[in-house]
Amino acid sequence: MKSVSRRKFLQISSATFAAASALGSLKYINKGTKLLAGDDTQKGIRKIPTFCNLCFWKCGAIAYVKDGKLWKIEGNPLDPLSNGRLCPRGTGGVGAYSDPTRLKAPLIRTGARGSESWKVVTWDEALNFIAEKLNKIRATNGPESVAFFAHGIGGNFLKHTFKAYGTPHIFAPSFAQCRGPREVGFELTFGDVIGSPERTDIKNTKCMALIGTHIGENMHNSQVQELSQAVENDASLIVIDPRFSIVAGKAKYYLPVKPGTDMAILLTWANILIKEKLYDKEFVSNFGFGFEQFAAEVSQYTPEWASVETGVDVNLIVKSARELARFKPASFVHPGRHATWYGNDAQRSRAVALVNALLGNWNHKGAFFQPVKMPVPPYPYPPYPEFTGQRADNPGKKYPWAGEEEGLTNGIREATITGNPYPIKCWIVYSTNLMNALPNQQETLKAINNLDLLVTVDVNPSEIAGYSDVVLPESIYLERYDDLHSSPFTTPFLGIRQPVIPSPDDQKPNWWIAKKLAEKLGLGNYFPWNNIEEYLKERVDKAGLSYSELKEKGIILGAKKPVYIEDGLEVKFNTPSGKVEFYSSQLAEKGFDAVPKYEIPEEPPAGYLRLLFGRTPVHTFSMTQSNPLLQEMLEENEVWVNINIAKQYGLKSGDYIKLKNQDGVVSNKVKVKATERIRTDCVFMAHGFGHQSKALFNTYQKGANDSQLVTKYKTDPLMGGTGMNVNFVTIVREA
Amino acid sequence: MARYGMVIDTKKCVGCMDCVVACKTENNVPEGYNRDWISYETIGKFPKIHQEIRSERCNHCDNPPCVYCCPCGASHISDTGGIVLVHEDKCSGCKACIAACPYNARYIHPEGYASKCTFCIHRVEKGELPACVSVCPTYCMHFGDLDDPQSEVSKLLDSRKFHALLPEAGTKPQIYYLV
Repeated sequence: MKSVSRRKFLQISSATFAAASALGSLKYINKGTKLLAGDDTQKGIRKIPTFCNLCFWKCGAIAYVKDGKLWKIEGNPLDPLSNGRLCPRGTGGVGAYSDPTRLKAPLIRTGARGSESWKVVTWDEALNFIAEKLNKIRATNGPESVAFFAHGIGGNFLKHTFKAYGTPHIFAPSFAQCRGPREVGFELTFGDVIGSPERTDIKNTKCMALIGTHIGENMHNSQVQELSQAVENDASLIVIDPRFSIVAGKAKYYLPVKPGTDMAILLTWANILIKEKLYDKEFVSNFGFGFEQFAAEVSQYTPEWASVETGVDVNLIVKSARELARFKPASFVHPGRHATWYGNDAQRSRAVALVNALLGNWNHKGAFFQPVKMPVPPYPYPPYPEFTGQRADNPGKKYPWAGEEEGLTNGIREATITGNPYPIKCWIVYSTNLMNALPNQQETLKAINNLDLLVTVDVNPSEIAGYSDVVLPESIYLERYDDLHSSPFTTPFLGIRQPVIPSPDDQKPNWWIAKKLAEKLGLGNYFPWNNIEEYLKERVDKAGLSYSELKEKGIILGAKKPVYIEDGLEVKFNTPSGKVEFYSSQLAEKGFDAVPKYEIPEEPPAGYLRLLFGRTPVHTFSMTQSNPLLQEMLEENEVWVNINIAKQYGLKSGDYIKLKNQDGVVSNKVKVKATERIRTDCVFMAHGFGHQSKALFNTYQKGANDSQLVTKYKTDPLMGGTGMNVNFVTIVREA
Repeated sequence: MARYGMVIDTKKCVGCMDCVVACKTENNVPEGYNRDWISYETIGKFPKIHQEIRSERCNHCDNPPCVYCCPCGASHISDTGGIVLVHEDKCSGCKACIAACPYNARYIHPEGYASKCTFCIHRVEKGELPACVSVCPTYCMHFGDLDDPQSEVSKLLDSRKFHALLPEAGTKPQIYYLV
């Protein structure tokens, strides 16, 4: 086994060379090799504080450089998010540097879209090409025909460039493909969102219910650390999941719910809490609006009914409701994060919010804290051009609660396909792999075919990069400054990202790309600073903090503020009634259910299983599979199949199969995990594998790509998000 | 003299592999090799399942067969807390220790010598925790002196139920798993 691995290493080394040569520029490879070997003139160990970019959590980190070479990355003990401990991806961040698939130089497409054939160009050529096209598009179609997509803090400067250019179309899949429904459900109920990092007080909780959210497999660092504290404190955990997740193994009550029926449990819990008078009567009478209508509506949902509907033992449903009540207000139902499942997700999230409201736990210790943030004034830029027209992603505000800050990615895709309400001519994509983030790849391809310009800025040749006209190679997070980081959390804090090591090739940081492009577009006045440190220093100075201290420590903490009612926090509900809305007049006005109702999910056709997908602790989205260190931890995903179903097909763990979905789309081959840990009516796989980009040569076609199989989606009528757990697959034996 | 060991809380561990990644970067473990790994034990039928997740590595046994079988005197018990180590320069790469270890904890480094977990002795001697322990986001791993009744590891073993791996092998492993 060990010698095979050694061979594999040699294969990868030669493949790196071949792929790089295919890009047609040996110049870059030579330069890269030299720098990768390290600069031995810098003897000794240097420690540079920064913050992580392996996911969106942005943990404070300290990078170690030994004799001029990147050695390891640890958590920054000052950081309230990581407490000095990173997750496996953060620890594996050094692999992002040595990733052999990294983009090395700007590329302009030479073959057909998606053929992944390129010529290497200079930055000047690439940016001139883009600017020329953008100027033409602005003259003929207006700036609103450009859509900018970004994920993560690195997108801030390019976002600024495109706001200055004049487009209102700024997008992130984090709304309509992820946590949008949750934010809408909570805002409609409590007048406030959950936000990121989540405002859940897991460390102090006495009882927490998780619905479909698999903390421990999703490695949101602070949440995992706090889960461990909850286990230490013997908190009761209730886990509702069709799959016996890692956290299910730590639960007092595991409810093996039939996929798509979670709402039945939530509404029944509400009914039990009301019927058995276990809810927080004082809270409801002081702060509740429309409780009577709510109580009347949910009275139809009996535990016996819910048991039939969800497949969960009636006693488990009743006992878990009582357990939540027993520990209120230090008990809560976790709102989850990835919430775009069945197309009624904002209403399901509202049901989550309403069970919490019955527990009277808002802003209570052990449930939901009030996040606080370090105040840092924005840089004094000139105002952006005003857009007075109609947005193209949500014409006529069809989805009344679609967020405008992150927009409707699927809405702008639709507009790009149809040309309605007006043509969309250009997509600029920063660090988000739209081919895998959005459901239905064919629709994305149709949209792309209507574009005059598609630009991707990224560190690796993602699938969307493969279809782009211009690909701009970004320096990885360890090689660049970035915008300041102050997320809302239990303590105000400010974090800085700073370069640890130079970029090995012709990669550039996002701020440089954004500024240069703005200059070429005649928008240089929007970047009055000469380099990023001027920008950072000015903002930190204006916040009344020390820039040199921030650089030295990586994190500056702000003064503690009350975050719980127990600390003297005063609670306000920013809803139309000023109260917690058990009955939502806002929803009623727009013709929606004012109290969430149960909807029966569509059944899989005979012989089909529901496709579920989720996270693995060692990878983020489809971003990290080529990172050699993380690839060693998990090289390909497996498809979880109940052991009895596997037996019916004559399959055992390790056998390769393919999955075919209801629309006839067939996956790559993928290993079976025949297990007791999943229901018989669904299969599960980790998202992000089965790459289709050949340039990601070390991870190309390893495992199955759930995004390929998610051809169907159900749009949430409240907020326009795409429910993606509505696809069914059959097992195809791999010959 | 100190007797170093680990106490690992399986109730807290989520099997995230951070310990595995941290060991690789801390110790420059070559690609394709690990000094630690995650084991899962699943018993029962859906939905009544019990699962134990363990971070495993060399058990730094009190009665280490890898040391007794070594023909070169490379495998040895160190004076630092009884940590089992390999003198890389003395090792011939004969693999006797690999055959002798019931935990499959050793491998031959591409440079030709036997290698494995050292409890990060280079860190421990500076008063730091082994890398795997220091990164663990669930705080499930504890390292310390099992001979000191006041140490955290000893107190945990006094207060909690635990087991060790393959005690029947007679190796006297020094890693304990809280259940």
